[in-house]
Amino acid sequence: MIGLVRKLRAAGVLGINARNAKYVLEHNPRRLYPLVDDKILCKARLKAHGIAVPEQLGVVRGQYQAGALARRLRTLEAFAIKPAMGTGGDGVLVTLGKRGKDWVTPGGELLTLADIQYHVSGILAGMYSLAGQLDAALVEALVRTDPALHPIAPQGVPDIRVIVFRGVPVVAMMRLPTRRSGGKANLHQGAIGAGIDMPSGRTLSAVMHHDIVTQHPDTGAPVTEFQLPGWQDLIRLSARCFDAVPLGYLGVDMVLDEQHGPLVLELNARPGLAIQIASRSGLQHRLAYVDQLENPEGLSVDARSALALNGALPGTAAR
Amino acid sequence: MSRSVHWLVVSLTLVAVGLLLVAHKHFSLGYPLKPGEIEESWTAEVRLVILPEAGPVKVELALPAVTPGLGLLHENFISRGYGLTTESNRWDRGAIWAVRRASQRQLLYYSGVFYADRGEQPFAPVPSYPEIPELPEPFDTAMQSIVDDVRRQSADIASFAAEMVARINSPSPSEEMALFLGSPEYRNNPVRIARTLLAGARIPTEQVNGFTLTATERRARPERLLAVHNGRQWLFFDPESGRQGLPQNFLVWWRGEQPVVTVEGAELQDLSWSIRRNELGALDLAEQRAARHDAWASRFSMLELPVQAQTVYAVLLLVPVGGFIMVLMRNVIGLRSFGTFMPVLIALAFRETGLIGGLVLFSVVVSSGLLLRFYLEKLRLLLVPRLTAVLIIVVALMVTLSLFSHQVGWDIGLSVGLFPMVIIAMVIERMSIVWEERGPHEALIEAAGTALIASLAFYMMTRESIQHMVFVFPELLLTVLGLTLLMGRYSGYRVSELIRFRRLAKEL
Repeated sequence: MIGLVRKLRAAGVLGINARNAKYVLEHNPRRLYPLVDDKILCKARLKAHGIAVPEQLGVVRGQYQAGALARRLRTLEAFAIKPAMGTGGDGVLVTLGKRGKDWVTPGGELLTLADIQYHVSGILAGMYSLAGQLDAALVEALVRTDPALHPIAPQGVPDIRVIVFRGVPVVAMMRLPTRRSGGKANLHQGAIGAGIDMPSGRTLSAVMHHDIVTQHPDTGAPVTEFQLPGWQDLIRLSARCFDAVPLGYLGVDMVLDEQHGPLVLELNARPGLAIQIASRSGLQHRLAYVDQLENPEGLSVDARSALALNGALPGTAAR
Repeated sequence: MSRSVHWLVVSLTLVAVGLLLVAHKHFSLGYPLKPGEIEESWTAEVRLVILPEAGPVKVELALPAVTPGLGLLHENFISRGYGLTTESNRWDRGAIWAVRRASQRQLLYYSGVFYADRGEQPFAPVPSYPEIPELPEPFDTAMQSIVDDVRRQSADIASFAAEMVARINSPSPSEEMALFLGSPEYRNNPVRIARTLLAGARIPTEQVNGFTLTATERRARPERLLAVHNGRQWLFFDPESGRQGLPQNFLVWWRGEQPVVTVEGAELQDLSWSIRRNELGALDLAEQRAARHDAWASRFSMLELPVQAQTVYAVLLLVPVGGFIMVLMRNVIGLRSFGTFMPVLIALAFRETGLIGGLVLFSVVVSSGLLLRFYLEKLRLLLVPRLTAVLIIVVALMVTLSLFSHQVGWDIGLSVGLFPMVIIAMVIERMSIVWEERGPHEALIEAAGTALIASLAFYMMTRESIQHMVFVFPELLLTVLGLTLLMGRYSGYRVSELIRFRRLAKEL
């Protein structure tokens, strides 16, 4: 037990308590939380800073807007409905297209308008918000994944999570939906987490439910050594998010859209630690490296991205 | 850096202040650390029987004033028809009963309750040096010779007095000593012999009268001790055995050779003493003692509250203990639970039902509620009406369970009504959301975590010693607060993370 603690500490593996005490509480001022906890505010803020986000098709703030929502939805083929204050992908409803009067979900279910309205009323009543307070529902354009990613993500929308510490992107992983995860990029539900080599943008190793995998369980295609297209743009995009929302310890979730290229899906003020398992490396040494830099927040986006891309971060150069 | 110093100072101060207050209350005021501790106390009683002659009657009784090693808890006077006044100064106390006209035989009582108290104190003023007594011959020559003899064989006042007492009690006394021992004035009164002879060496002495409090004695007789002042403090000698020091639990009743009671205008027919040993709850004793010292502790004691409020606080003061266990379980062990304080509230409910009964009832109510909740899901109700419907169903379930178990004669089922229903309704709602969103696996993990933390908190909160500690020493709240603050910046791994990262560690 003690040997395990020593080993993890030597490898710089971060625990939840240490993350909260040393990084979240130290670097993330409380007043900025609404900017990331409320997806509608977050989107507006990112847009104002010229950061590309999935198109916002509508916002429902109260039950009285049910009629307007119905009229809006009838004009839409595919969309995603999210609770503005939701956490961890809870309460997100995705439709891929229309079949007759109904919408089709990634799982192949058919949803009627009434089904969707019921889901929205649950969101509005605060079913998915942190403290159960009244919430708003956000209707977004469906992200259609760049076909370049199809070899490793045959279904669902894979996303790229980068942790940006004091403006410097320090660690990245890709979350690949599987049939087991129901098409959601959620590691809890069985999505694959694949660590990404910071300088090159290649996937390193992958885990699924703590098991190490090298192939996609649905297709058998290899998920390691996959070169992400436009890696430098993705890193730069994640570094720019810090300028929009200056949280010192920030999780940036991005997707690659077929039409619009890299988009920022959402920001997270308390990004989880599974990224360490996916990338098979501890976070602490990289965070400590950034901490010893003089005023990393003051550097330009390019300079901060360069730190990630030129292999300056501990544990990223030797490849 | 300064922030963590600040944090450390505040938390450690809170912990220390709480513990110091507890230590003070325990060591100085005798508040017991364990429940049900018994301490001894003694009731000493004097009974006077007087037969009045014609005219006014006045009875003066010396009372214990300064009692080293003992404290007076309370006292009683019984004297029908007599006026009572007490007078006291730093060193002496007395009761005066008086009546203008009395005809009947009259009983007068005094009783005091004494307890072992900590701390020595002087029992009499610092005396002046006595004059050398002028004795008739041959006593004077005998005294001179004894004093000279003893002086040669002693180093200081203590050894002088000890040697003197030893000579008085010697089985083969010297010729001079035999003179004193045989004379009617001194016969059977070694204290008087010792005082006379010590005065011959100008050593101040005092006669001390009192009782050794040990067991119950129906007819106790006052003992005489010899007190010798050596210039700094009083030393006590047993005049018969020569043993130095005040015997343990010796109650000093009065000083001097004069009788304890003087009666004017009446005949003292009987004077009797009795000692009764009592056992008193250490807590009650401490409370009364603190109240007598007028200590803050007695005024800020939970025991001062009305009994109803006491029972409320007895439970309420346990909540922080449960909360702290919650902190440990979640931040050190890494268990997951529904909500932050739900396990503690469930643990409080377990107090009414017992652990096993509580867990069974809890599982039955929650799982049947969950089933109904999934049915309600089909009806597509809005959140708040749905929550209310769950609440109503929970109440109905509880009523059914109570009625059923009453019919079957299973008592625990009745206490289900005391379960906080709102909490159960929220557990059901929370569990069903987790169930739907994260799957039954996660829901069951959180449910198990909740039950485990609740059981642990219940276990700790029902320890009698812990209940006693937080109720008698509510200042422990400060300590618990300090420990919680310390935990607030604990940044080590959680046990659950060690399991989670175990495979990662192999890869590194």
